[in-house]
Amino acid sequence: MAELVSMDLVSPEKLLLSDAYEMVVVPGAEGDFSVMAGHTPITAVLRPGVISIYEGDTEKDRIFVNGGFAQVADDKITVLAEEAIHVADLDRKDLEQRIANAAEDIEDAKDDEVRRKAQENKDHLEQLLEALG
Amino acid sequence: MANLKELKNRITSVTSTQKITKAMKMVAAAKLRHAEEAANSARPYAERMESMMVSLAAGLEGREAPRLLQGSGSDQKHLLIVATGERGLCGGFNSSIAKAAAQRAEKLLAEGKDVQILCVGKKGRDALKRRYGRLIIDFVDLSGSKRIGFSDAQPIAQRALSMFDNEEFDVCTLFYAKFVSVLTQEVTAQQLIPASIPEKAEGEESEVDYDYEPEEGEILDELLPRNVSVQVYKALLENSASEQGARMSAMDNATRNAGEMIDKLTLQYNRERQAAITSELIEIISGAEAL
Repeated sequence: MAELVSMDLVSPEKLLLSDAYEMVVVPGAEGDFSVMAGHTPITAVLRPGVISIYEGDTEKDRIFVNGGFAQVADDKITVLAEEAIHVADLDRKDLEQRIANAAEDIEDAKDDEVRRKAQENKDHLEQLLEALG
Repeated sequence: MANLKELKNRITSVTSTQKITKAMKMVAAAKLRHAEEAANSARPYAERMESMMVSLAAGLEGREAPRLLQGSGSDQKHLLIVATGERGLCGGFNSSIAKAAAQRAEKLLAEGKDVQILCVGKKGRDALKRRYGRLIIDFVDLSGSKRIGFSDAQPIAQRALSMFDNEEFDVCTLFYAKFVSVLTQEVTAQQLIPASIPEKAEGEESEVDYDYEPEEGEILDELLPRNVSVQVYKALLENSASEQGARMSAMDNATRNAGEMIDKLTLQYNRERQAAITSELIEIISGAEAL
């Protein structure tokens, strides 16, 4: 068995995940990169996207993060994300419905503040849908 | 016997007060446990973010630091964010935070600085309104959210950040009560902007030489605003734990005082009753003797 890289996924509210994997692919702001044991120390900004966890050649788990930071050192990767959702927990139908609702909210918005919030909400949902992809 | 009846009424009323304070103490104890859990689970994120910031800031030496770190180069305009509870009956919790903020405001005003106050929580606003009403720019109501979430902290941080970008203040200080134990809560004034980065401990090796993607400066630009939200979130959590702790000990005291009062009143009641019986007996006996 190959050496493992341990990953901590932390959100401001709690420690979401702490486990060891063979390979983790994270969505860096300047392109995805994969982390395995012995990776060079790096601090990177993440864009909204999916963290893929690989066991051998198969993708074991996918987690959506809405941006954040990753720090790699000593066979250990720490991901700071404000929001993280297992892709498996997402439901395509539900998301599409919510995007449609958000689009309606934008139409109905009476002032800029409300419109901006609705737009943010819609963008966020679309990112989630993309993650399902 | 009007007096006896009065005493009895008082005993009943104190007993029902005691029931209420006892229940409030239990509720506060349960809420305190939740609040402590929330504070504990928020710790890893804050700690890691801090260590990331320390290593980034150390790597930044000599280069131009972002404004959030360096400040705007002046300290004329101050923003005080005063975080208190939404409810009273928790001992000196709210008033001690408000007092610390008022003292700071007083000191800054005496130095000829401009002061603005942003109140988080109703009780702080009520306490500061009378003397510093004109300085209060806004009030954030948290009574709607039962449990403090990160989404409660974000708007506050955003507000402060956009004000800073518009150069409406130079220094931002956050007032809250740090939870030490159920009996002690420490009122803390924390400087939010410019960010205060803890110095690296003496002799500590700069462990790892990190690669950065993108550049350090850009990462810091992303990291610092988020750090403000995290600090606000941490303060709100500490505050809610402190509030419940303070309420618990205040209600414990109140319950004990009510108990003492009941004992005293009961003793008095029994004495009065005995005196009434005795005087009745004397009347009967002296009546019989007179025959």
